[in-house]
Amino acid sequence: MKKATLAIALAGSAMLLGGVASGTSTAALAGSPQEMLKRYAEEAKAAGIMPEGGFSAERGKALYLADHKGGKPATPSCTTCHMKDPTQPGRTRTGKLIKPMALSKTPDRYSDPEKVEKWFFRNCRSVLGRECTPLEKGDFITFMISQ
Amino acid sequence: MHRKRLPILPGAAGMLMAGALFGAAVMMPAWADERYPPVTDELTKKECGSCHMAFQPAFLPARSWAKIMDTLDDHFGEDASLPKEKVEHIKAYLMKNAADTRWRSKMMRGVRKDWTPLRITELPYWVHEHEEEVRPSAWKDPRVKSKANCKACHRLADRGIYDDDDYYEYRGYGLKRGGYRDDDDYKYRRGYRDDD
Ligand code: HEC
Ligand code: HEC
Ligand code: HEC
Repeated sequence: MKKATLAIALAGSAMLLGGVASGTSTAALAGSPQEMLKRYAEEAKAAGIMPEGGFSAERGKALYLADHKGGKPATPSCTTCHMKDPTQPGRTRTGKLIKPMALSKTPDRYSDPEKVEKWFFRNCRSVLGRECTPLEKGDFITFMISQ
Repeated sequence: MHRKRLPILPGAAGMLMAGALFGAAVMMPAWADERYPPVTDELTKKECGSCHMAFQPAFLPARSWAKIMDTLDDHFGEDASLPKEKVEHIKAYLMKNAADTRWRSKMMRGVRKDWTPLRITELPYWVHEHEEEVRPSAWKDPRVKSKANCKACHRLADRGIYDDDDYYEYRGYGLKRGGYRDDDDYKYRRGYRDDD
């Protein structure tokens, strides 16, 4: 008797939860990775730091893999939480799964400007101890698009 | 069992009310722990649930939530900053539903008025509940990683369920209750979907 009631209740709550299951994707995708790149290119040009060849996946990769100084001690690198191989899922310091950063694996990444900006702001300050420049952000996304 | 106050209403209104309550009882997990109601505020769920599970507000007193929300740029060694409007919204929700707004919360045991704990996992009641039942080696298990990873052991933690032996998933950290063969068996028999 108890078991049966529980099963019904669980089915009900599973249905309720179904709609809000995904933690990372945002409901309305306001843009695309290309639009983010366009925005960062404009910002980089305005700041006078855009190099001749434009954004570079190589520089993005170096930023992603490097051990940095100046940030918070527990987070020396982007790969403290994300995986060195960006096609693999990472984990936060509290053990929660993070979907792969590579666009090929998680196609809804780098599309919601508010989300992208929020995490660049936080993670760059945690890892580098400062905000990332528009050039670094563009390089990073360029690298992730190539993966 | 859990206390539930039923409003006494006359006539048709009472019948309607009873129907609605019955409906709710079927849709909601009937055994959900009333002590730690799940987070209902969508913004809190989203913004406080991206690095770890969004902890239920009933786990800390209001002054603790206020301090946590005022220091998000240095949040346990990470930057978890949010825009001001969002901070204020989440702070209000957490404080309104905090442990010290509830009647005789066990979480408040031994928490003196002049102490503002920032961790659930340092509260005397939490420590007490975990020191007896959890093998010390479990905290070092890479699948657990942090004491704050409640979901590693309480698989239904985000629904506020911590106290029903049936729903514990010990996953080899300690004893395994409920007679489940393995994780898949557990999920299958509980109808549990891995949300994250
Ligand atoms: C402390 C753990 C941690 C570190 C270190 C970290 N990140 Fe993240 N990052 C996260 C989490 C958690 C998310 C949000 C979850 C998700 O999007 O799946 C995230 C999301 C992001 C996003 C948003 C992607 C999107 O979907 O639009 C970007 C961009 C990002 N991180 C860049 C970086 C960069 C650059 C670094 C290094 C400078 C870095 N992260 C270091 C944990 C971390
Ligand atoms: C950028 C990632 C991140 C975000 C976003 C985040 N947290 Fe945390 N939180 C952490 C980390 C890391 C810890 C420390 C875990 C540890 O020490 O093992 C933590 C710990 C906590 C703890 C203490 C857990 C314990 O040990 O008892 C509380 C309470 C908490 N966070 C509340 C919040 C609230 C409220 C929000 C939303 C405003 C939030 N967190 C958003 C990363 C985050
Ligand atoms: C390593 C596994 C593990 C982790 C991680 C863990 N717990 Fe527990 N927890 C247990 C065990 C085992 C018990 C005791 C079960 C029992 O009493 O039947 C318990 C008991 C509890 C209880 C007491 C239940 C009651 O009846 O009041 C609460 C509340 C609780 N945990 C909350 C949490 C919260 C919140 C977190 C995360 C901040 C957490 N736990 C993390 C294993 C864990």
